[in-house]
Amino acid sequence: MTLALPSAATPAPKRQAMVAVGVLSVAAITLMGGMLSVWLRFRAAAPTRESSDGLYIIKDWLPKDIAIPEVAANTMLTTFFALLLMAQWACYSAKRGHDSHRSLALLVTFGLGAAIVNAQIAVYSQMGIGVRDGAYQTMFYAITATMMILVVTGMVFTAVTWFRSVGGRRDDVEVVNAHALYWYVLTAIFVALWFVVYVQK
Amino acid sequence: MTTIETHAQASASRDAVPQLLVGIADWVSSSDHKKIGRLFIALSWLLALATAVIAALIGLERITPSSALINSNAAPQLLAVFRFGLVYAVLAPTFVGIAVAVAPLQVGARSISFPRLAQLGLWLWITGVATVIIAIASNGGPAGGNSDMVDLYLLGLAVTAAGLVAAATSAVVTALTARAPGMSLERAPLFSWSVLAGGFAIVASLPVAIGTIAYLYVDHTYARVAFGGNYAVNDHLGWALTQPLTFVFVVMAVGALADMGPVVSGGRQPLRGAALAGIGLVTTAVLGAVTQSQHVLTFTGGAADKIQSLITFALFNLLPILGVLVVLALGALGAKSGKIRPNASFAITFLGVGMILVGMLGNALLNIDATDLAGTVFEEGATVYVSYGSLLAGLGAIAFWGPKLWGRKIADKKVFGAGALVLLGTVLAAFPQYIAGFQGQPNGVVASFDYDGPISLWNGASTAGHALVILGLLAFIGAAVTDFRSGEHAGDDPWNGHTLEWATPSPAPHNNFSELATVGSAEPVLDSKGVSA
Repeated sequence: MTLALPSAATPAPKRQAMVAVGVLSVAAITLMGGMLSVWLRFRAAAPTRESSDGLYIIKDWLPKDIAIPEVAANTMLTTFFALLLMAQWACYSAKRGHDSHRSLALLVTFGLGAAIVNAQIAVYSQMGIGVRDGAYQTMFYAITATMMILVVTGMVFTAVTWFRSVGGRRDDVEVVNAHALYWYVLTAIFVALWFVVYVQK
Repeated sequence: MTTIETHAQASASRDAVPQLLVGIADWVSSSDHKKIGRLFIALSWLLALATAVIAALIGLERITPSSALINSNAAPQLLAVFRFGLVYAVLAPTFVGIAVAVAPLQVGARSISFPRLAQLGLWLWITGVATVIIAIASNGGPAGGNSDMVDLYLLGLAVTAAGLVAAATSAVVTALTARAPGMSLERAPLFSWSVLAGGFAIVASLPVAIGTIAYLYVDHTYARVAFGGNYAVNDHLGWALTQPLTFVFVVMAVGALADMGPVVSGGRQPLRGAALAGIGLVTTAVLGAVTQSQHVLTFTGGAADKIQSLITFALFNLLPILGVLVVLALGALGAKSGKIRPNASFAITFLGVGMILVGMLGNALLNIDATDLAGTVFEEGATVYVSYGSLLAGLGAIAFWGPKLWGRKIADKKVFGAGALVLLGTVLAAFPQYIAGFQGQPNGVVASFDYDGPISLWNGASTAGHALVILGLLAFIGAAVTDFRSGEHAGDDPWNGHTLEWATPSPAPHNNFSELATVGSAEPVLDSKGVSA
């Protein structure tokens, strides 16, 4: 220091990992929020027609031969909540220094992430649609695949946190908490996607 | 969790390797934020030169729109490169680079937070830019004829945006978490505040473009039923290459001016709150960007319709302008105080932000329905004003903070000379397009157009303007290369600065500060010099 400024002791860490995950979560929210907005705009702009008895207005958005596998979709949603429980268990254990519990919780979190990806594959398989089949199909694959990329990113984050955990980083509470924050945000995003894409269709 | 890295001394085995390769490897792999930032800036300058050359070529063709200087098939590709280059190779990276290089020094941090993220951002950005250029050159791009290359263009655009988001995240986290003890957000330097606000705006807006690209990519690659194929790419993604998204990238330019003003006027900023608010107001552009809407002012319908139209127009178009006006007014007030010390870097940053303001005003005019300017080159003129204005402000910022990064400063006369060329070039390149826009010259067209007016004059002037920008930028790069290597030693505090970056030696050492300081006000270095509040 070339000027006489009062020197300071090394400051306490300012939760850099939490803040970074928070900022990147904003990016994830606007990414999926933007995609959902485009989805809603296309759905609103889909042509409408009267039913044969003249009593209903039908929107030609979801092709009539496509059935959304609601069981698999709802399983994905409940798996997200179960995953949150595990991520929170990891936070709880990390705070109290329960290393084995933390590692186990992270491992289960990773497994539940894989279960979500598996459920998504089941949705694709049960729907039996091709990405080339039409506008709805193309957009369905684009938005759900982007969501899966975010889930896989979360799984990588979980794996890294687990490796740090089993590697003996006992003071890693903040990273475990930041990892949980990411899954909380992802769950909130999936709730919106589930409602718009799987419930409202 | 610590994110500060220390480097081991080069191993003896390196001595065998040619020094140049060692130097290149050091720069390419460095996690030092000052090197990452300088690479961002240097690459954006090279790309700015390329963009201006392409703009001059387009201008030459437009002088006589019936001529065939440029192959008619190549014209749309050149326009696509030009539009992309203005925003993602000139406007956005200039100040992201300056933010990465300067913000950690300003807040008194020993390193940028997550340096590898910033480094990843740099390499993603340049990879994306290279991919886009290759794709467009191979008949890809919006409305391109080669489908595989159109896919590559979309991929490149997404990678470019992801790189900028990564680098901005690193800078934002630094401003939020790595500030020196005692430096509350209220006491954060004005440029760092703009890095926080502008970086956050980038993080919030560019992922929307990435999401749109995901749809377009899947649709274009597999089906081409939902989004209209090659020719509709810009219908869905054009908003990411024009206003109001461009305003998101100028927030840091406005912050740089706000930071320099009090330094050149020699006192503290008495209206600091207004400066903070001004920078924040420019950030409201993010609302217009993420909603992908222009909010046109119309005078049709009843009174309620007119009022509603006026309110949305004002919210989305006028608030960012108000923010720039506040910061410019504060800069002008400081200059009027009589205590101002001549400083070329402040002058050209001030004028650069002035150019940005003209671009913003042009965009507001464009969005008034009665002007009937939509679809004319007036829009291109506004983008040129904003992009070249930001480039000019960036040159001023580099002249200002360069001594802290290189240890030497560029002679004021050279900065004035090169800055004046870029300023004149900006006005010549953009203003004739404003006039041509009023006369009905269509946007996005290079040849085969006609209107009632001196076509050759407006497009000739615009071409000359781009050529002047090339000359001015070359002059500045030349001055920077010579003076930062062998110019006058700047000293640690060449401008009698106020903030922490001026309290460390020039050039700043690897870990920025040998010891951390306690901050007691927004101008800690002034405090240490005994200047009263």
